[in-house]
Amino acid sequence: MTHLTTIHATLVALGGLPRSIVNLDKPGHYIHWHFIQISVANLIVIGSMVLVFLLALLIPFPGHGKGGRDDG
Amino acid sequence: MKKHRAFKVDRDAPEYTGPYRPYDIVKEGTIALIVIAILTVGLAVLFGSPDEPQRTIKNWATADPTDFVVTAASELSGSSGVAGYGPPYNNALGSVQYLGPFHLPDILGVRIPINTANDFVLDPLRSQPGPPALESALATYDAASTSQQAGWANAYASGTVSSDGSTVLVKFADGKVVMPPGTYGPVTELMQSETAIARSGALDQALITGTGFYTTDYTKPDLFLADGGWFDGIGNSQNLGGEQWGMMNETNSYPGQAWLWLYTMLYQIPPYNSTWGPNADVDVWFTMIVLSGLLIFVPFIPGLRSIPRLTRVYRLIWRNHYRAIERPDA
Amino acid sequence: MDDVTVPPIASPEPGDDPVTKTTGHPGDAKMWTARMRRRVVRAFPPDRLLPDRQPAYVASWIYVFGVATVAALVVVIVTGCILAVKGPQWWHVSSVGHLVNSCHLWSVELFFFAMVIHLWGKFFMGAWRGRRAMTWIVGGVTFLASIVTAFTGYLSQTNFDSQWISTQAKDGINATGGGALFNVLNFGQMLMWHITLMPLVIILLTGWHVLLVRRRGVVPPYPAKAEKGAVALAEVAR
Repeated sequence: MTHLTTIHATLVALGGLPRSIVNLDKPGHYIHWHFIQISVANLIVIGSMVLVFLLALLIPFPGHGKGGRDDG
Repeated sequence: MKKHRAFKVDRDAPEYTGPYRPYDIVKEGTIALIVIAILTVGLAVLFGSPDEPQRTIKNWATADPTDFVVTAASELSGSSGVAGYGPPYNNALGSVQYLGPFHLPDILGVRIPINTANDFVLDPLRSQPGPPALESALATYDAASTSQQAGWANAYASGTVSSDGSTVLVKFADGKVVMPPGTYGPVTELMQSETAIARSGALDQALITGTGFYTTDYTKPDLFLADGGWFDGIGNSQNLGGEQWGMMNETNSYPGQAWLWLYTMLYQIPPYNSTWGPNADVDVWFTMIVLSGLLIFVPFIPGLRSIPRLTRVYRLIWRNHYRAIERPDA
Repeated sequence: MDDVTVPPIASPEPGDDPVTKTTGHPGDAKMWTARMRRRVVRAFPPDRLLPDRQPAYVASWIYVFGVATVAALVVVIVTGCILAVKGPQWWHVSSVGHLVNSCHLWSVELFFFAMVIHLWGKFFMGAWRGRRAMTWIVGGVTFLASIVTAFTGYLSQTNFDSQWISTQAKDGINATGGGALFNVLNFGQMLMWHITLMPLVIILLTGWHVLLVRRRGVVPPYPAKAEKGAVALAEVAR
């Protein structure tokens, strides 16, 4: 029961915090380029997807690095 | 069973005879779950989530009563967007779109019947314990011929705006709707009451409880709201309009459904926004169905299925493997 | 590394496995139950279902995005279950509820993030090769079903977003005729789709997809130039 009480107290404490550290509840910024209109938030999401994809291709996987030994 | 057949490099894979290595997929899955859970909580605490408050008809009639009256009058006279929409709401022709020769909404027909005059105006008014003036106006309206009803309603609807539609002529002052002079019969009182119950919040209730005490269906109040200019203005000011790539956007500064980028983009380019404009919705949907089919059936589509081999990105993914085969001494 | 130059333990032939007792009593071999057991064990011997070895070419970060997608799906479902416990309005009035809703949103963002990178990666590997077309197809259908699930989620928020998206989306869906059956303005219907029908579909499709991956294994690399001659003569499994 003490566990539940602690969890409850933590949740109540959390309830007192602001809803987020960064406030996104303000008008969005948009980028216009020819017919393209995209929110900065969406652009960051899509851009980081492309970036993470490229990094996943380029960064060596640990323990399977250079040299032919692994494939020996 | 094994059979001999020609090896096609884009369809078949060579049988792998090389070395294997230990790979703990349960451990990998556990780590992935922990990392994703931490990322989720971190992003949630950092950025939160959007919750732009719902808009009610009460909000609308309070914030912009003349826009409400213009819209309500068009619902009564049958000249609103929903009144002229067509299937699945009614048999009008307003939103008729053709895919080639086919009008697809006709197949299932009117399944969510909406008569805007009755559903949005008259029935809600009848459900109110109205003052004598309203009761008498309803009685006069109900007793009149259909053409007389239409005459009053049309006169009122056209009286709310200038003949070119550019200026709103109806005014709202001291809690009353003030119309330019005209022959509106009982419609003057009906619209007065409609605005009053809208501003009190009673119209919201009358619209959502139209099918009983319990309901989960907000078709009527949402369609009514969307017929007006006030609700549209809020969406457009948040960059959510159809011509603003709105379907992939979110209120305020949050990311939206970015995965809808292609669907959203088609609406912004020719021929969907030019020659195909009148049928844009059905044409975009049909295009998306075809493109989705191409994605799903890539393995069987010559040309498309060769792209990964020709772009040679795989050489990067499996670089150790190829290095070992092609330069075994390195 | 402890490289092993032989493949993992050979898959058991039906009937000869002392642990799974695939065949059962000789007289029962024609029973539907025994037949199904034989088929299941033949398709998914334990070392194929939960392998502890992978081919040496499985050595890239791109391979982690499949499991990351499944992990994100787990978080999506757990946070969704917490929201379900308290009902669709809770998160508007409770700070804890809002935090859970935020977790639900961001796990969905991570889910799509990982899934799309997984899709790109598998595309550039030509991962449908070698009898793996069905794996690709089920994955593609899961992607599309996920979009429908997310969409019904947006419609279930009971806020301005839901109102706006439903009044906009109705035109597209009505134009196809689908609006007669799938009424985006009916909150109850959309909530049911979002928390019952679509999760069931996604879980079944994901399970099927993962089983297909386990059954066929990870796609081997395209033949290198040095191997071309050998491959041309190689037997190709049908």
